[in-house]
Amino acid sequence: MAKSLLFPEFKIERDAERCISCQVCVRQCANEVHSYDPEDDTVYSAEEHCVGCQRCVTLCPTGALEIRKREIGFRPNANWDVASIRNLYKQAETGGVLLTGMGCDKPYPIYWDHLLLNASQVTNPSIDPLREPIEIRTFLGKKEPFLEVAWSEEFAGLKTRLAPQLELSIPVLFSAMSYGSISYNAFRSLVEAAKEIGTFCNSGEGGLHPGFYPLGDWIIVQVASGRFGVTPEYLEVAAAVEIKIGQGAKPGIGGHLPGEKVSPEISRTRRIPVGSDAISPAPHHDIYSIEDLERLVFALKEATRYEKPISVKIAAVHNVAAIASGAVRAGADIVAIDGIRGGTGAAPQVIRDNVGIPIELALAQVDERLRKEGIRHRASIVIAGGIRSSSDVVKAIALGADAVYIGTSALLALGCHLCQKCYTGKCNWGIATQDPYLTKRLNPQMGKRRLVNLLRAWSLEIKEILGGMGINAIESLRGNREQLRAVGLTKEEAQVLGVKMAGEGW
Amino acid sequence: MREKVRIPSGCAVAGILHQDGRRVSGEVIIRSMEVMHERSNGLGGGFAGYGIYPQFAELYAFHVLYDDLSARSEVEELLQKDFTIEQEESIPIWENSTITDHPFFFRYFLYPKRTRDNEEDVVVRLVMTINAMIEGAYVVSSGKNMGVFKGVGYPEDIGRFFRIEEYEGYCWIAHGRFPTNSVGWWGGAHPFNLLQFSVVHNGELSSYGVNRRYLENFGYLCTLQTDTEVIAYLVDLLLRRHRVDPSFLGAILAGPFWSQIEEMNEPQKSFYRALRITYGGALLNGPFSIIVGFEGGMFGLVDRIKLRPMVAGWSGDTFYLASEESAIRAIAPSLDVVKALHAGEVMIGRLKEGICHGQEFAFPRV
Amino acid sequence: MVKRIRIHEEYCIGCRLCEIICMVKHSASGKIIKAFRKESERPLPRVRVEEEGYTSFALQCRHCDEAPCVENCLTGAMHRDEATGVVLCDEDLCVGCWMCVMSCPFGVVERKEKGKTTVSKCDVCAGKEEIPPCVKNCPNEALTYE
Ligand code: SF4
Ligand code: SF4
Ligand code: SF4
Ligand code: SF4
Repeated sequence: MAKSLLFPEFKIERDAERCISCQVCVRQCANEVHSYDPEDDTVYSAEEHCVGCQRCVTLCPTGALEIRKREIGFRPNANWDVASIRNLYKQAETGGVLLTGMGCDKPYPIYWDHLLLNASQVTNPSIDPLREPIEIRTFLGKKEPFLEVAWSEEFAGLKTRLAPQLELSIPVLFSAMSYGSISYNAFRSLVEAAKEIGTFCNSGEGGLHPGFYPLGDWIIVQVASGRFGVTPEYLEVAAAVEIKIGQGAKPGIGGHLPGEKVSPEISRTRRIPVGSDAISPAPHHDIYSIEDLERLVFALKEATRYEKPISVKIAAVHNVAAIASGAVRAGADIVAIDGIRGGTGAAPQVIRDNVGIPIELALAQVDERLRKEGIRHRASIVIAGGIRSSSDVVKAIALGADAVYIGTSALLALGCHLCQKCYTGKCNWGIATQDPYLTKRLNPQMGKRRLVNLLRAWSLEIKEILGGMGINAIESLRGNREQLRAVGLTKEEAQVLGVKMAGEGW
Repeated sequence: MREKVRIPSGCAVAGILHQDGRRVSGEVIIRSMEVMHERSNGLGGGFAGYGIYPQFAELYAFHVLYDDLSARSEVEELLQKDFTIEQEESIPIWENSTITDHPFFFRYFLYPKRTRDNEEDVVVRLVMTINAMIEGAYVVSSGKNMGVFKGVGYPEDIGRFFRIEEYEGYCWIAHGRFPTNSVGWWGGAHPFNLLQFSVVHNGELSSYGVNRRYLENFGYLCTLQTDTEVIAYLVDLLLRRHRVDPSFLGAILAGPFWSQIEEMNEPQKSFYRALRITYGGALLNGPFSIIVGFEGGMFGLVDRIKLRPMVAGWSGDTFYLASEESAIRAIAPSLDVVKALHAGEVMIGRLKEGICHGQEFAFPRV
Repeated sequence: MVKRIRIHEEYCIGCRLCEIICMVKHSASGKIIKAFRKESERPLPRVRVEEEGYTSFALQCRHCDEAPCVENCLTGAMHRDEATGVVLCDEDLCVGCWMCVMSCPFGVVERKEKGKTTVSKCDVCAGKEEIPPCVKNCPNEALTYE
């Protein structure tokens, strides 16, 4: 095999003045970039294997390492950026589909950054969250249009039985990330954090390890096209069930967990042989129409005795509003929409980077459509794909979401450095891997603590923002697009988002 | 002329209810409002009187404002589709008033053509259609045996302009506006009315966008972009269509905090939990105190953390509500009881009934 | 209660930062680069990372309640500090017989041959630190002090 044309993506600089040859970097890099030569007591690096995960940089005790994106000396070409050239070389060498991990990294507009929030001045006092309660408790599930009450009987007169609800202390949940795509310790950090905070984490499509059954009250389990690990107990222990139709990172295609990641524990959880590839087909082979979806929704409702909300997760594609409306009419209690920036453990890069639409636009349209049809109350909307901060959460809720799923943000809290190599199974941070040497790197107690801290911080910030608006309950923000103004957007974009331009008053 | 922008405002509100059904001249409420002159800035005032048309008690009394009289034929045509106009006249005004720049006011007494079981829905639809579709016309009030008189000016001047001292009602509610931007449209003044419900409101809603969307789900069109309009429609939706008991309106519009609900016992706890989960879109957020007049009574309500004032008073069979105690004392110097409303508290007076205290959820402050 | 350094081997990632930090702590300068690159006498780490297969853990003196090293020390150099309960070696009294090295069931007392012949063992940083630096610098909380 001839020498590869693939040039290293990163440049490793080791400050010889500082390096003490302690070999911490050598031991930390699962890509075997660094090696120690005892002869001259020096550490050398093979840059071509570096993925830029910054693990060695973070742990080097002397700060001797610096890893930077390599400036490649191609003649500048507006048509051919370096990434495109690299991909082309890679395909010419391998003849395969290029795989990648995490969410789309293309510079499509991020509409959160073009939406500004409101605050009260004079006519409407702002509220100090340290002195007055500000409520962000959220309920997901179908809402009744009104309550049947025999008022003469006072409190006992409530006749309506509410549809099952998920009660969240903060309108943020952890996205679907399967045990398999992420490690046991990573999943454990998520579910324990969800329990501590009072929210939910999603099992993803890989079934549920029996070790997590006792924590089922904080887990939404997924039923995906592969039906991995879907058993009566699986549905029984969960707080809610989500039918996964699509994922923002790879709309229209199924999932693939490479056999190398199918360890004995994964095999037990997914109920497939050790070492075999876990393939989820692109469609559910029993859902070829909206009627079929309805049948599955109600099959799951029956199976859970109508005691658990059923969610339907779809990817944000061009006709998302109509699809969401169909899902609601098919009986979904929650519609989860995943935008183009949503992450993945493995997806063909060409799909991840080119298929789907930004979640902000999808959300605005879905909310609008459901309201127009008068069915908005019949399902909660949970959005996913690109929530980075508490302000994104607030903007999402003002646009009409009931809550948001966070995946990438949660992984970042666990230490992820966005190297996008999740599909290799060699995550140096111990998150997206099943290698026992690497999974140890995520101490679930630390992971839980960091996630809890993150959500605590966000909830304080959300309350701060709400207080500034003079709002003391999150339901008064939901769909309150009056609190949003567009900046730097075209009229059409603002129109799709359903917000006024900054500078326009009420 | 009609301003399509939302107007946040601070204001004065007052209400009188004679629970024994005694009808009194509108002069009383004018005097009460005069005391609170400083709470208004001359950009809006208005009144609603109940029991003022005993001769047409069973008919819908439509007060219609015309910016442009050419809209009249269109409106009347629409009215006649579903209703028979029993009487039609221009609303008398005081010709010597200093207020000279004003629109035209007509009132129609209507009875439904065909008896339908949802005749009130027909009225609502008609009001929505006229207000949304017909340029230059606006239905100010549409209830039975009641009417709203409102316009641009100080409340006492508006009252005299409409000669409300010549009407007698068992209940009067009033409003003086202090809008934070000036807009000279008469329809934008309070009270806002739909059917029997009239609302005067001091405050601003941060939840306006949510409430409007919530109402749209039930077919209400908020054409005026004012906070008070949505309150009037919410009251109509909850009291008339969802048949909520008025004493529980506070539990929905200014619902208790979750921390308070948690401390309740069953079945009260589940009850409030269900109300909050179901009626999240009807929760009013932001500072407000409101007085709502309805057929046979009136009630006052303040927001969840009491950011705006409201005082209630009783003297014999008369029930008073006002932004300031002085406004009550001005017309009833000796009161049996005076009480400031707590956060989220509803205070109701009904004809021929005692005062019913609503659910109280004062948030304990340190 | 005497605080102890506890080992959580399931989270030890074998990075050996604890060893490095311990060495620095007991070096003359206390500065990492200088200690490693300039100082002629580089101290021994008093914590050692044991590794086999996927398992690794950092082991240092357990400061046993019934310490064989103390019992077997001929000169009384190896003793327990009454105030802190920590097992320490008084290097002035130590004659370098290495009885302690032989009797320690954990093998955490090491011979020190450079300079005066004596031993090297964890002194919990002589109680100078609120949290021992090996614990503080472990990136995965595989060591805790409780
Ligand atoms: S971790 Fe840092 S100091 Fe240690 S060998 Fe690597 S570069 Fe050198
Ligand atoms: S792959 Fe990660 S750990 Fe390895 S050299 Fe590159 S940045 Fe360092
Ligand atoms: S620093 Fe912590 S993780 Fe690293 S070798 Fe020592 S005990 Fe293990
Ligand atoms: S406590 Fe101090 S002496 Fe003991 S192992 Fe840790 S760093 Fe070394």
